[in-house]
Amino acid sequence: MKILTTNYLACAVKTCKSEPAAFPLHFKDAELAREELELNPEFIKNVLPRIDWPALAQTAAELGFTTLPSQKPENLDEQTMKDLHTLLMETQVMEGKLVCGNCGYEYNIKEGIANFLLPNHLV
Amino acid sequence: MTASDILPAQEYLIHFAQIHECFRQPEINALAKRHSLPLVWKSYSNASPFAIITLPSDTDARTIISDSILAKAIYRLLAHSSDYDSLHALLRSRPELIPETIRKATFKFTIESYLHKRSKSSQRSVINGFAHLPLTGTVTLDKPEVKFTVFEEFPGSPGIYRQDGPTNPISVGLGVFLSHGSRSTIDTYDLKKRLYIGTTSMDAELSLVTCNLAMAGPGKILYDPFSGTGSFLVTASHFGAMTLGSDIDGRQIRGKKPGKNVIGNFKQYGITSRYLDGFTADLTNTPLRSTRFLDGIVSDPPYGVREGLKVLGHKDPAKNGSGEPVVVDGVVKFKEPDYIPPKRPYSFNAMLDDICRFAAAHLVDAGRLCFWVPATNEDGIEMQLPKHPALELIAVCPQQFNNWSRWLLVYERIPGELDSMQVPEKQAVPQRATASELNNFRKKYFEGFNQKPTSPSTE
Repeated sequence: MKILTTNYLACAVKTCKSEPAAFPLHFKDAELAREELELNPEFIKNVLPRIDWPALAQTAAELGFTTLPSQKPENLDEQTMKDLHTLLMETQVMEGKLVCGNCGYEYNIKEGIANFLLPNHLV
Repeated sequence: MTASDILPAQEYLIHFAQIHECFRQPEINALAKRHSLPLVWKSYSNASPFAIITLPSDTDARTIISDSILAKAIYRLLAHSSDYDSLHALLRSRPELIPETIRKATFKFTIESYLHKRSKSSQRSVINGFAHLPLTGTVTLDKPEVKFTVFEEFPGSPGIYRQDGPTNPISVGLGVFLSHGSRSTIDTYDLKKRLYIGTTSMDAELSLVTCNLAMAGPGKILYDPFSGTGSFLVTASHFGAMTLGSDIDGRQIRGKKPGKNVIGNFKQYGITSRYLDGFTADLTNTPLRSTRFLDGIVSDPPYGVREGLKVLGHKDPAKNGSGEPVVVDGVVKFKEPDYIPPKRPYSFNAMLDDICRFAAAHLVDAGRLCFWVPATNEDGIEMQLPKHPALELIAVCPQQFNNWSRWLLVYERIPGELDSMQVPEKQAVPQRATASELNNFRKKYFEGFNQKPTSPSTE
């Protein structure tokens, strides 16, 4: 699971949808991996306006990446582009859990694939 | 000669494959929109492989065709008419139709005949008919600078090329070859050569066309909420899009053997850097937060013929949504490592409505939703075209089988926020019902359509 993806994921429980604490989800026992991928400047440029920056900064900090600027960068110079690519695309969580800050539900991540299926008492 | 025989220089001829005819114009329209090109159709018929368009330049013509799956090639059209006599008269009277820039070039001539077979000598005599053209370059069969192509279309039955049929064509034209379409990509993504496929993987050609209709391209994010083995994900990424997939069955994403999974397919095609992620989820309980970040949604939702369409929840509605987990002998069941949440049958029409609502809430302005729905021949598609005030229906493309059909529906997100639109309340879905009661298509499928049914799986 890439860090970019987590910026679009909230708790799947319907009663959590309107709760600010249900986004972003929090990693627990995360095993990180880095996969070298081709830099796609056009994609980074297009996706940047669609990123919730405070949520990204929080996710990054929880995983120990503290060098992210506190504000969304306005100009994408080459280094900023590379840094964003490394964090958003190349950094992946292979094993661990994503936890809802509102209801506490834990979603498992196995082999990089998160499972958001809910038991029937929550649907 | 009539005024319509006099052609402005920016006319181009598209030579289409004579297959999936209803998809051809929508595909080219989508490519024009993706590249912001001012395309105008001058002539088009599903019965003909030749269509005439206008575009500002040869470069634009090459651009529009480069990713087309259903176009074989594009030509700069020099002249066209109803028969050879008037075509030659036109070319003799207006020598400027042959641009100065190509008169001195090395060249060769070829013929594209539709519904007619010509012998070598017959081809030669047609080509010799163009000897009056003001060409001073030499004929070169190996890598000529200019490839002239003669187009001729004959009356007849689709697909049947006759040598002894009518001798007079219904239309003829002369063009200069510019560029091929992308039909060879169909072979690259052929399911027979793909490492990991499932029983309902969509064939390469229609997967690629679907992704073109979704305007998949570099810099975009496309999502398939029923991604299965990832047919649409790889084909959307082929065109440069970043792709995200989910499926209620996580085993589909993970695969059974190492390497034989969705990521394995991306590796096979050398497009790993365009795979964003795959996750296990149910569209009716999606973890994707409500923000408009998707450029396109492509999907072939499960028809539910084999197992019935399923979503999360117990089939007994009394057991859902209690908020209290099931505990057996002091063990909280859902926390068990091998726990599999219960699933219940769901209405196909409700799912179509859910897909539209999801698309309206997640697509960017002008983002596209492309998905497939099945229909019985007696009902047709009109019965069940889903509607949403934020989605404009752009194209409806049928693929006909013996006694059923499937239809690709293409919608575009109308700009604006949902708050300002009159979105109807979601209709209640019957909680206790069998898979067939919830899905008219499934019911009719098992009733046999009165004939031997063809399998709705696509292989």
